[in-house]
Amino acid sequence: MYTYNDFDEAFVRERVAQFSAQVERRIDGSLTEDEFKPLRLMNGLYLQLHAYMLRVAIPYGTLNGRQMRQLAMIAERWDKGYGHFTTRQNIQYNWPKLRDVPQMLSALADVGMHAIQTSGNTIRNVTSDHFAGAAADEIEDPRPVAELLRQWSTDHPEFQFLPRKFKIAITGSPNDRAVTKAHDIGLRMVRNDAGEPGFEVIVGGGLGRTPMVGKVIREFLPKADLLPYVEAIVSVYNLLGRRDNKYKARIKITVHENGLDKIRELVEARFTDLRREFSGADQELLGEIEAAFAAPDFVSKPAEAYDTARETDPVFRAWADTNLTAHRNADYSIVTISIKTHGQTPGDATADQMRVLADLAETYGHDELRISHEQNVILPHVHKADLPAIHATLKAAGLATANVGLISDIIACPGMDYCALATARSIPVAQQIATRFDELKLEHDIGPLKIKISGCINACGHHHVGHIGILGLDRAGVENYQITLGGDGTEDAVIGERAGPGFAYDEIVPAIERLIHAYLDLREEASETFLQTYRRLGAEPFKAALYPAEERSNAA
Amino acid sequence: MSRRFTPKIVTANDLLEGDVVYLTRDDRWSLRLSEAELIEDEPHAQKRLHFAEGQQDLVVGPYLADAHRGPSGPEPAHFREAFRARGPSNYRHGKQEDLRG
Ligand code: SF4
Repeated sequence: MYTYNDFDEAFVRERVAQFSAQVERRIDGSLTEDEFKPLRLMNGLYLQLHAYMLRVAIPYGTLNGRQMRQLAMIAERWDKGYGHFTTRQNIQYNWPKLRDVPQMLSALADVGMHAIQTSGNTIRNVTSDHFAGAAADEIEDPRPVAELLRQWSTDHPEFQFLPRKFKIAITGSPNDRAVTKAHDIGLRMVRNDAGEPGFEVIVGGGLGRTPMVGKVIREFLPKADLLPYVEAIVSVYNLLGRRDNKYKARIKITVHENGLDKIRELVEARFTDLRREFSGADQELLGEIEAAFAAPDFVSKPAEAYDTARETDPVFRAWADTNLTAHRNADYSIVTISIKTHGQTPGDATADQMRVLADLAETYGHDELRISHEQNVILPHVHKADLPAIHATLKAAGLATANVGLISDIIACPGMDYCALATARSIPVAQQIATRFDELKLEHDIGPLKIKISGCINACGHHHVGHIGILGLDRAGVENYQITLGGDGTEDAVIGERAGPGFAYDEIVPAIERLIHAYLDLREEASETFLQTYRRLGAEPFKAALYPAEERSNAA
Repeated sequence: MSRRFTPKIVTANDLLEGDVVYLTRDDRWSLRLSEAELIEDEPHAQKRLHFAEGQQDLVVGPYLADAHRGPSGPEPAHFREAFRARGPSNYRHGKQEDLRG
């Protein structure tokens, strides 16, 4: 696995030392809050509703057992014994005290982690396919490129004061699991006619107030040209991006206002210049990084234990059917561990659970873990023979929920239970939907379905690309929930369509239930998914279920 | 012209702990909303906010929030303030834990 080099280590340590001094100066009164705020944000420290919140980057979602164990230690020692995994492949601590934060950062630095560039108008934590390096459908592991981008963008002098924050996502597989079309830049690995790997470059995607599906600015970019090309995009944006209006400052608006063709022309021109300046050092570096990301030594041993467990243990089989994904090595599996126990907070893991995850990675998983943007934890490399033992351990730790990709595998942002920007709660809505459908015992019958919930228009919960999206708003001083339908976060990304008027807090779960019953009645056969049925029939029958006629006439 | 003034409280977060705090009549910062000073007119509200903004060594981000008079002190007018005064709904953390008993 990739480990930080000496430069990174020194840089992170220096930042911790600087921040410790800044905290002291804030406490002794030599810094005002106005002066301190940008400094704490640069180090991932927010002030939320009830407390400070520390956001820690998990670059491209990858970490090892030692790092996970340190996250557990930090949760226990300086927080309330848990952490929250987010849709940006970060972990957030919801209850740190100001004086403790430098120590937390120092403990992170001990395992090569940090909270740098998790905030501010910079290039943020580069996110990636959580199955990277393991997926059967992958062309190449995208993480070396993600790491190259991280090194290039960290503290890049030209890009510390962009018009707005800038998010890059990358996938090495044609099946997009990293929502690349909803990022400022999305990179999707494809092959050209000669069979060489390169990237489809997507620009100007984003959710939030003005959701937009990214547009392809370059259909095929050779891998070697990646850094100069990305730099060209960011520098064109840095010049053209609007700084007069926060709501029009993201690159999606720049692309929208200037037109893709003009942006492409400018980018290509800048790229031609920049490419000359890149002497090839970046490719040497990439070579070194790639070596560090080499696949583990896969073992070969009999896998009968797996077949036996499948045959004899229905609980194991149900879990295997939902939580396993094909690995590029046929003897192996990718295990998705659901952090979505019915009724629990999506994405929250206790310190004890984190230690179980660390142990499993070390014992059975070549010491690798991933965090998905869907707020689950992945063991990317598991030999099938070890699956029954892993399942037994997960069961004992309350981590064996068999619901990945199903209705209770909900993305929910922190919403108004924590987030200072929220207009409504999202966590309890997720908890209630999961609990309700568990009671109804319909989850497996319903099949693949993505519900995504955001607590405000910023859309951290990706509601626009949920098959069913839920957006919490404040309507005249009460919580109100708007439903969008038909969204899709894959390579065929679609922004969901608003279904109609919103629902009150106590009406939203019944509304979702009506929607699901309508789907079950409408589908042609059990294998037709919610999204397929929606695409076949359009929104009308679903709207009819959401807004029954008698209620409409009552309201009139 | 004279629209009725909605009563206000001054609230902020504690600098060191991050906790939600409320400005009291006697210039303290209390963890309890019930101890907040309920402000009944605009000039006084501005004066109290100004005072709070001078308390940078104790609190962060003071602002005026709508409130109304309840049987045992001010009560929040908006659900956001109700959540701030109670804590998150998914765990018994925050004030509902700290102020127990
Ligand atoms: S979507 Fe809104 S409420 Fe949810 S985490 Fe983002 S900013 Fe906060």
